[in-house]
Amino acid sequence: MTANEAQGPAIHVQGLEKSYKELQVLRGVDFDVARGSIFALLGSNGAGKTTVVKILSTLLKADAGTAGVNGFDVATQPADVRESISLTGQFAAVDEILSGRENLVLVARLRHLKDPGKIADDLLERFSLTDAGARKVSTYSGGMRRRLDIAMSLIGNPPVIFLDEPTTGLDPQARIEVWQAVKELADRGTTVLLTTQYLDEAEQLADRIAILHEGRIIVNGTLAELKQLLPPAKVEYVEKQPTLEDVFLALVGADGKNGDTAMTATSAPTE
Amino acid sequence: MTKHFFGDTAVLLGRSLRHITRSVDTVVTTTIMPIAMLLLFVYVFGGAINTGSVSYVNYLLPGILLITVASGIAYTAFRLFLDMKSGIFERFQSMPTARSSVLWAHVLTSLVANSISLVVVVLVALLMGFRSGAGVLAWLAVAGMLILFTLALTWIAVIPGLTAKSADGASAFSYPLIFLPFISSAFVPTGTMPGPVRAFAEHQPVTSIVNAIRDLFTQQPVGTDIWIALAWCVGILIVAYFFAMNTYRRKIS
Repeated sequence: MTANEAQGPAIHVQGLEKSYKELQVLRGVDFDVARGSIFALLGSNGAGKTTVVKILSTLLKADAGTAGVNGFDVATQPADVRESISLTGQFAAVDEILSGRENLVLVARLRHLKDPGKIADDLLERFSLTDAGARKVSTYSGGMRRRLDIAMSLIGNPPVIFLDEPTTGLDPQARIEVWQAVKELADRGTTVLLTTQYLDEAEQLADRIAILHEGRIIVNGTLAELKQLLPPAKVEYVEKQPTLEDVFLALVGADGKNGDTAMTATSAPTE
Repeated sequence: MTKHFFGDTAVLLGRSLRHITRSVDTVVTTTIMPIAMLLLFVYVFGGAINTGSVSYVNYLLPGILLITVASGIAYTAFRLFLDMKSGIFERFQSMPTARSSVLWAHVLTSLVANSISLVVVVLVALLMGFRSGAGVLAWLAVAGMLILFTLALTWIAVIPGLTAKSADGASAFSYPLIFLPFISSAFVPTGTMPGPVRAFAEHQPVTSIVNAIRDLFTQQPVGTDIWIALAWCVGILIVAYFFAMNTYRRKIS
């Protein structure tokens, strides 16, 4: 780690603009993400979340503005940026024909790391995929695929991780598995930028939340700050009914196989 | 970045080769159509086609080999399309990996897969009575010509592989390429064709490539055909490479 990397925000975005032909997707986006925090970019479909992530991960060039990741400019130092990041795209980008372990070994080799086999085995263990490690990924469930996808992103311990809609299309249980993985990441000091269209996901995970709307960040703050934007809470007495999600998780988790996740699931929404 | 080019290409080539060994059916499928044509033309139509002193299977094989490659590269485009669609292409592009390795791995895989298909087709032809007195040098020349042809068509295949919106779209471009040998000297001598068709047949790339390979197999002097054939292959290769790289650069920026 050079001094250059250790200072300043993990992600710094200023005046970012991007158009696809006539369509102006980003009209001047500004935000900073502090090191080791989870930052949620919230927005509806087509708000430009994926475009921001693609620019930050050097897959797209911005029309205007600057973006820095881990102290490196995405436009002028893309190779350094790529050393510092991992991207988990909107769809689990895993190789269906290879086994889970082979996927991990492949990424470790492409990141030029020593002992790819051990890295793979450790991650399989950490993401409870050891038993499935030798199986073809095409036989995995959606949740397992996403876990493998995230595991692949952790190889080489990049300081910054982008998760683009990590739980879209997942069932409630798999969602909680992914949330757990993301929380663990932040606990280890990784900076996470996550995009989502689910409000509860941002609420559950993020230290700071920014809302991207029509190509601009319209608010940016902690959950508490965002809540203060509205008039103070009224006190109302509402009978607390279990949500269908609580019922589903309680029933599905009750067979003992996923006891742990079911416990966190039932307790989580009532916090 | 570039210092890892060869290592990264090797790793990614290993990945694609695993795909091939795990779905051998895709390679076999690409040989079915050319083998069916070989059977049909040798045992059904061939008896009525006058190819002079050369036995029909000997006459036909060079053209069938080109058709094998033309149908094989449809899978090259298809494999590339799947990588684009699944997002794994973007994952590789966002990693500290030599970026062009992703493309080169697909190109080399295409070369390996098509070589396997070509060997299978030649073996079937041998069973059907194909014989050649060609020496090692002539066989090497044939192999070199086919590799060059495969590379040229592979770079063409990269373009739809990168840009296609659907799997069908990715492989549809190969149909005209498969059809091209029919209007050439591959199946029948061009002498019987009416004027304009004959003019087209004699001046399109397949005829010169087929003639050059045929002459090598039958130990005839190859004459100018081999140079015209080489010029076509290299020309197509350069143009296709230029357009494919252009498409690729637009994709990754």
